[in-house]
Amino acid sequence: MAEEMAAPGGRPVLEAQGIVKIFGQHRALDGVDFTAHAGEVHALLGENGAGKSTLIKILTGAYQPDEGELRLDGTPIQLRNPLHGQSFGIGTVYQEVNLLPNRSVAENLFLGRQPTRFGLVDRAGIVRRARELLARYGLDIDVRAELSEFSVAVQQIVAIARAVELSGKVLVLDEPTASLDRNEVERLFDVVRGLRADGLAIIFITHFLDQVFALADRVTILRNGTRVATQPLAALNTTDVVRMMLGKDMAFEHHPSALAGGPRGAVRVEFKGIGRKGMPPFDLAIHEGEVVGVAGLLGSGRTEVARLMFGVDAAEGGEVRVDGEAVSVRNPAQAVAAGFGFCPEDRKLDGIFGDLSVRENIIIALQAKLGWFRALNHEDQIELAGRYAEALDIRAASHDMPVKLLSGGNQQKVILARWLAIDPTFLILDEPTRGIDVGAHAEIVRTINRLREEGLALFVISSELDEVVAYSNRVVVMRDREMVAELEGDAIAPEAIVEAIAGTTREARA
Amino acid sequence: MTRPTIDLRPTTQPPYPRARPIHAFFTRPQVIALIAVLLVNWMLFPGFFTITWQDGRLFGSLIDVLNRGAPVAILAIGMTAVIATKGVDLSVGAVMAISGAVAATLVSSGVSAPVAVAAALGAGLLCGLWNGILVTVLDIQPIIATLVLMVAGRGLAQLVTEGSIVTFSDPVLVFIGTGSILGLPTPVVIALLLMIAATLAVRRTALGLLIEAVGVNRSAARFAGLSAGALLLIVYTFAGFCAAVAGLIVAGDIRGADANNAGLWLELDAILAVVIGGTSLLGGRFSIPMAVLGAIIIQAMNTGILISGFSPEFNLVVKSAVIIVILVLQSPLSARMFRGRSGGNSGKAK
Amino acid sequence: MKGIKTLALGAGLGSLLLSAAWAEGLDGKVIGFSQIGSESGWRAAETSVTKAEAEARGIDLKFADAQQKQENQIKAIRGFVAQGVDAILVAPVVATGWEEVLTEAKEANIPVVLLDRGIEAPEDLYLTSVASDQVVEGRVAGEWLVAAVGDKPCNVVELQGTVGSSPAINRKQGFEEALAGKDNLAIIRSQTGDFTRSKGKEVMEGFLKAEGGGANICAVYAHNDDMAVGAIQAIKDAGLKPGADILVVSIDAVPDIFSAMATGEANATVELTPNMAGPAFDALQAYWDAGTVPPKFIITESKLYTPTDDPQGEYERRKDLGY
Repeated sequence: MAEEMAAPGGRPVLEAQGIVKIFGQHRALDGVDFTAHAGEVHALLGENGAGKSTLIKILTGAYQPDEGELRLDGTPIQLRNPLHGQSFGIGTVYQEVNLLPNRSVAENLFLGRQPTRFGLVDRAGIVRRARELLARYGLDIDVRAELSEFSVAVQQIVAIARAVELSGKVLVLDEPTASLDRNEVERLFDVVRGLRADGLAIIFITHFLDQVFALADRVTILRNGTRVATQPLAALNTTDVVRMMLGKDMAFEHHPSALAGGPRGAVRVEFKGIGRKGMPPFDLAIHEGEVVGVAGLLGSGRTEVARLMFGVDAAEGGEVRVDGEAVSVRNPAQAVAAGFGFCPEDRKLDGIFGDLSVRENIIIALQAKLGWFRALNHEDQIELAGRYAEALDIRAASHDMPVKLLSGGNQQKVILARWLAIDPTFLILDEPTRGIDVGAHAEIVRTINRLREEGLALFVISSELDEVVAYSNRVVVMRDREMVAELEGDAIAPEAIVEAIAGTTREARA
Repeated sequence: MTRPTIDLRPTTQPPYPRARPIHAFFTRPQVIALIAVLLVNWMLFPGFFTITWQDGRLFGSLIDVLNRGAPVAILAIGMTAVIATKGVDLSVGAVMAISGAVAATLVSSGVSAPVAVAAALGAGLLCGLWNGILVTVLDIQPIIATLVLMVAGRGLAQLVTEGSIVTFSDPVLVFIGTGSILGLPTPVVIALLLMIAATLAVRRTALGLLIEAVGVNRSAARFAGLSAGALLLIVYTFAGFCAAVAGLIVAGDIRGADANNAGLWLELDAILAVVIGGTSLLGGRFSIPMAVLGAIIIQAMNTGILISGFSPEFNLVVKSAVIIVILVLQSPLSARMFRGRSGGNSGKAK
Repeated sequence: MKGIKTLALGAGLGSLLLSAAWAEGLDGKVIGFSQIGSESGWRAAETSVTKAEAEARGIDLKFADAQQKQENQIKAIRGFVAQGVDAILVAPVVATGWEEVLTEAKEANIPVVLLDRGIEAPEDLYLTSVASDQVVEGRVAGEWLVAAVGDKPCNVVELQGTVGSSPAINRKQGFEEALAGKDNLAIIRSQTGDFTRSKGKEVMEGFLKAEGGGANICAVYAHNDDMAVGAIQAIKDAGLKPGADILVVSIDAVPDIFSAMATGEANATVELTPNMAGPAFDALQAYWDAGTVPPKFIITESKLYTPTDDPQGEYERRKDLGY
């Protein structure tokens, strides 16, 4: 208990003591203590597999602990399910907004407990109360409009408002910022700070360390099912946190200068005048052994460029050359035939085949390229999957297990392996490290560097500037669907990129 | 290095293409269900397993089960592939009617049997292609796209037959429906050959994996460079072909094309057979032989009800009760319970 | 015998010849006919016979196919009322939901005649209904069998129509009434064949297996001819002679049962006449000419046909009616 320092807020609200959770032979949690105090934001950190999500599920009632005890305001409680947890005042907001997109904001806020008048749903009452409620969150929107008409950030705030309305003691935020841009994150944080001032106990789970430092008061770090530390953040820096999470010193290799002016090969792929409706044509040449990083805010056209390159959206006009030869890239199948690979931003939706095995997920693009009748036999599949799984250090109990059971980082590596298996000439990576824990994150950054060294041409989109700086030979900055700046060599630095994005952004907003 | 030692295998093993030990086959819920249904039939009618040789062919209730189950089994072969792509084909019953109507009308107007059969199969292929085009090119949801032909197809068949039952006595068509090859009824032989051919076609080539990939995640399939469109066209066309074969068998069986009743509601039996066979309506993993087994289970049940002497008012109740039991047996929940119990037993034994 | 032949003629398309004699009274009348659809051969025959009957009487028949939907029938009837037809024939697809539209017809003073099915509505909303008596059909079939087997013991298997449908219930009831008290006859198995050939064949196959390969079965009674045709094939497949080893009696009198009868494979059928329109037109004529209000229910004859009734000729007469 020595490291359990007093929280800035006040009394403990939700306490977990000696929590043990066993799946089969595996102790997912092994005697974990955790306390959330009133009026604090308590960050929960850990690599995938550390036991973070298991702990959250126990705190919210989705799982029941095998040993240990939960106490709410000092009274032991046993939660049967999340709804039961909610009735005790424990609310949760998930990364994916968990509301009904085609119902109004007001209906979403009061669904299941609509105020009634004379036994009928009091529509006017709902609208009025919804307005009052959201005003407290600084949100002045038409609450009668469908939820889906609003940005994800607004939807998140609505989800938070609903969760706080329903519960009101403990709020669990499970990766709420994963799909928000910088401004939206700030807005969300303001809301959370307000709730903290109101005395709520807030548990905050995220992969973004900077957000932890920006928002949280204390942090609990888990590793391999045990608690490493619970400490006030004021006493820590990033390196401390990463060290505790990984149990070793680890950080990104920040040496962009090592790449500056380094030798690069001939032009590998060249895009000329590639564009389509709503996306002005662009020109870009990428060399052998070169990583072109792409920076820009969400909606700046980063993903659209990638989709055009890979033929996901067919370009209207323009030409593509690979090693000087003109190729047709009207659809992904043609792109694959040309030796392109694409790790899409939305892994779950566009990337993995959840029910197929790890092995099948790795060989699928090669098999698609070979065609229907040149089937890879079982031995070849095993060999290929084994080779790339080892090269990328994919951790799976078996290559026959469904890929959906792997962690996000390992899934991303599986998709990367899928493209390496076709022996690509050009790889497009759209947010390759999104939603991935720190360890896997660093591994992927290392892998990108390794692929570059092996002579691959890469086009990598990322919102994390540190990361872009760590692997890019060149950085293209995008704004309003156009490439507005190109940084090279020594000019590549986070501050320079921020300026390139922000300068123009401020101009545009003015 | 410490590697995770946790066994993360799914609780229910989806049908998997590779060879398995024999005992694993007999512990599958479908096989257990089939054996149970057959045993119940035997208790209801002691002569159930009796097979005799009569007029150059095998004769007995068990043969009837296979023979009567053949049309649904054949539909299920095509339906499995469609469902594996996360689709469904509601039109197969109507396509059966069209196929039978085309063949019967042609032979009764003097066309030679091989031409009539080819025309019927061609009609089935066209119907399937039509469905495939609606699903891929126009991107209509499969259930709606095939509903069009389910409704219109029967009308089409009635137009061909002009509303009456077109009877024929052409020996080739009759042979398809009622003949026998090496003592086995022709429909059983056709179903068996089709099952083997289809299974080889999907498992010896990459088709099976690609179909599963499209079914599991069509968007990811596109991103991985698969031409889902061509695959879907093939799958729906194949389902139409299977329906045409089944339609020929049913018409040959009664020596006539009954546009109103041929294949009526059989699409639902076919879907049920596929589901009993363990292929999820959400697409993905599929097994053609298991779907055929599903069709045989359904028919074994039907035959059992016929010979049981129960009043026909009980037919649907009995059938649905058995189906519920089978589906519950294959649910993840019961798989977990089963696993848990057997694990406990072995623990005690030690 | 001659009289029977004439009657038989009258029941089929031949009835035109008879009815044409008193046709002038309806000449030029406009009559709307809302047909259910063409879900069965019998239905198609009813449509073609109705058209022929109307033509022979000089009636201008407005035909509307409802494709099994009541809403289409209601629309068609409203259309007929708007056109100001002289009378309306309806073969109702369902029994309920007719009050409103029939009231509209009544207010427009247009007599309505229901064909082959009844409805649940006040009787003053329609002039009359023409239908067969399904119980009688079953009884006629049963009486034939009772007479045919005499004192010999006889185990009967029954192929029912679709479970719960009124023809299945009534034809079963009538048949059982005829067999009541005859100890030598027993219905040993009864299953549904859904009124179709293939189910009829499949069920009969099961019966044959379950009853010692058919040795215990003396007769099969099918609720319609189609199932009987299927059963005949099953009997042949089992190596027995239908019509001799196992008697076959059924209901409907469709062409194919007559061709089976001609080759001795079927023994008897009871006619469900497709000519519902003939009696309907007669009733309308009497109503208009002499003010005769017809009875609310006009029952058509349930005529028995056996191989002595020129089955080949009956087949020829019926084969083009659309069965």
